[in-house]
Amino acid sequence: MLYREAGQFKSSYAEDQQIFPIRQDRIAVALLLVVAFVVVPMFADQYWLSAILTPFLIFALAALGLNILTGYAGQLSLGTAAFMAVGAFMAYNFVLRMPWLGIIPSFILAGVCAAAVGIVFGLPSLRIKGFYLAVATLACQFFVLWAIQRIGWFTNDSASGVITAQTVEILGYVFDTPERKYLLTLAIVAVLALLAKNLMRSETGRAFMAVRDMDVAASVIGIPMMKTKLLAFAISSFYCGVAGALYAYTYLGTVEPEAFTLDLSFRILFMIIIGGVGSILGSFLGAGFIILLPIFLSVLFGALSHGFGLDISHAIVSNVELMIFGGLIIFFLIVEPHGLARLWQIAKEKLRLWPFPH
Amino acid sequence: MKRFAIALTALAVGAAGFSGAAVAQAKEQFIPANGYWVGPYAPGGSGFFAGMIDYMSVINERDGGVNGVKLTWEKCETEYNNARGVECYERSKNKGPTGATVVHPLSTGITFSLIDTATADKIPLISMGYGRASAADGRVFPYVFPLVTTYWSQASSMVNFLGQRAGGMDKLKGKKIVLLYHDSAYGKEPIPILTDLAADFGYQLTTIAVPHPGNEQQSQWLQIRQIRPDWVILWGWGVMNPTALKSAARTGFPREKMVGVWWSGAEEDVIPAGPAAKGYVAAAFNLPGTNFPVMKDILKHVYGKGKGEFNDKSRIGSIYHTRGVVAGIITVEAIRNAQAKYGKGMPITGEQMQWGIENLNITEKRLKELGAVGLMPPLKVSCFDHEGSGLVKYQEWDGTKWKPITDWIKPDTKLVREKVEADAAQYAKEKDITPRNCS
Repeated sequence: MLYREAGQFKSSYAEDQQIFPIRQDRIAVALLLVVAFVVVPMFADQYWLSAILTPFLIFALAALGLNILTGYAGQLSLGTAAFMAVGAFMAYNFVLRMPWLGIIPSFILAGVCAAAVGIVFGLPSLRIKGFYLAVATLACQFFVLWAIQRIGWFTNDSASGVITAQTVEILGYVFDTPERKYLLTLAIVAVLALLAKNLMRSETGRAFMAVRDMDVAASVIGIPMMKTKLLAFAISSFYCGVAGALYAYTYLGTVEPEAFTLDLSFRILFMIIIGGVGSILGSFLGAGFIILLPIFLSVLFGALSHGFGLDISHAIVSNVELMIFGGLIIFFLIVEPHGLARLWQIAKEKLRLWPFPH
Repeated sequence: MKRFAIALTALAVGAAGFSGAAVAQAKEQFIPANGYWVGPYAPGGSGFFAGMIDYMSVINERDGGVNGVKLTWEKCETEYNNARGVECYERSKNKGPTGATVVHPLSTGITFSLIDTATADKIPLISMGYGRASAADGRVFPYVFPLVTTYWSQASSMVNFLGQRAGGMDKLKGKKIVLLYHDSAYGKEPIPILTDLAADFGYQLTTIAVPHPGNEQQSQWLQIRQIRPDWVILWGWGVMNPTALKSAARTGFPREKMVGVWWSGAEEDVIPAGPAAKGYVAAAFNLPGTNFPVMKDILKHVYGKGKGEFNDKSRIGSIYHTRGVVAGIITVEAIRNAQAKYGKGMPITGEQMQWGIENLNITEKRLKELGAVGLMPPLKVSCFDHEGSGLVKYQEWDGTKWKPITDWIKPDTKLVREKVEADAAQYAKEKDITPRNCS
């Protein structure tokens, strides 16, 4: 009833091509942004800001990066955590060695470094596809971590290999409280997500999708394979690199190379599989699912055993949480193999007809 | 409609989950137990926190709390993962009438991640035998306490121990020592100290990394066989330890020539290796056993009433368990200390607890009153020195139990302190911290 586009006429190309063609969508997105930028920092406490929302945004950005590569351009990658590591450690080195640069340019340069690494390790994609490519990107995962652990320059010769992020200061404004760190993360993620959304509607994005759907056909209609595939690797790694820099600077504050293991790459891959492959929204939904659900389960079980005075051994509770988490992943994949984003799309289509479906 | 009802129930469950904070009560002191009970490192985590909780239980059951203030705690699963550790910390810090009193992360990675936040929140961070070694400089790290001993002290005391075994420090000249370490922040900590000492004493140091989790060590032991070292220092964690012992047996390297750090020296590390572990020596800053009066009290007042943490009674008095008891003793003594200054029988805040830990002095006499003589070394913390002891014992595995073979061995305090101050000064410069004046 409310969600109906009747009466909304498009009289120019600009109107026809906007990101959200339906007025209700525009209002909803604007409201969401207002809530995220204004209401949340006003009402959320430190726990929500620093332990839940900031990591959610950072992992959503990393998932978005992987989604550009895997979801849109069809190149399977297991090197996401390595690209994040490049971003985190290069941002640290840029701030350390060129302090006059400022934080944001350092983040961008760190992203560019990650993009360069991505291009190098994307070269095999010109010859191989699918699972074989995934194995080739594994090399990136191991090589990058090896280099960071072995070459002292990356960690400024720290004895333990752990780096401590410097204070984040932009134009004399220090980002030290959870609210400010959250806002900085949110601003960067919002801008990058908007860019990604637009990119995917452009010629480049369409070329990505053509390569994904059938690369032989794409090359026949004149899409350059090398340029498109390597560009996908570069953009994807750039996003992951920025996410890695944020992970170090606005989330944990200290980073060890071991944080970026293959395990993390898999987690991010699961995020896009559950959220929706080839969807910007799906990256956010998937990150929310993988990051927030385990925390939620653990809080819920804590409250349950507290509230009912149940005396269950904590080890059992922790293991049950993992089992339920695994069960839910399987459940969602059976109910909707195309991810949570697809569920959302179906809901929207139903809403358009509601309350009179026939 | 049915779907709507399901959705509504789900929402209600969700709301209940996220708002499920315990109701605060006065006269309680909240100590979070943010540890790990699942995953590859669960034996360490579950043992340590069982010990800490058992000691707090005995204080509640036997003494009715600390001057009438009951100790409370809540477990939170960190999975030995930094992100989850930070989440648990944030979740637990405002619980109880005065918030979290003190946090034991039991993970070097989580400790590193919490240094800034905990300092800003004024909640002391105790990293007992792990964490950042240079945090021993209390002027730069007011809220971080690597109590009892740090990795750097450990490395230095280990060299002293090897010197003792060789029959004098001058005999170390020309000896070959291999450091077989877990390839992580934890494993890399001792390298600078061991390298410096190699220059002083003239031994040859080779460092060999074992990638996480460490159940594959063929090539490393092949390399060790080629080097033919006089000693191998084992700096492992979890499954890496029994694997190292078994691989040593297979390559024919004598276990008597292997010395482990304290995270390589628990029952869980040697029993899986079976007979291959016999004769292996490891460091410890706490001794195992149930003969200490405090352990007997725990058996009587806690396990006797069925309130103990372990279902498996054979783990009572194991190394990890008594290490947790030591953590409990330190925590409770610091609370007592803070109460003496800020008001007896009142819950204290994290800031007051910081004073309590910083002025902690557990003498031999106090240990006797606590029934813990020999369980841990005496401890004296100050604003200047957040380590407090540095003493370590070495014990040998005789096939069934750990047997101490030395007295408490001191590290080279001067050298370690110099390193600590240099590293802390660099940290202070990077982070723009003005060190406190401790005089």
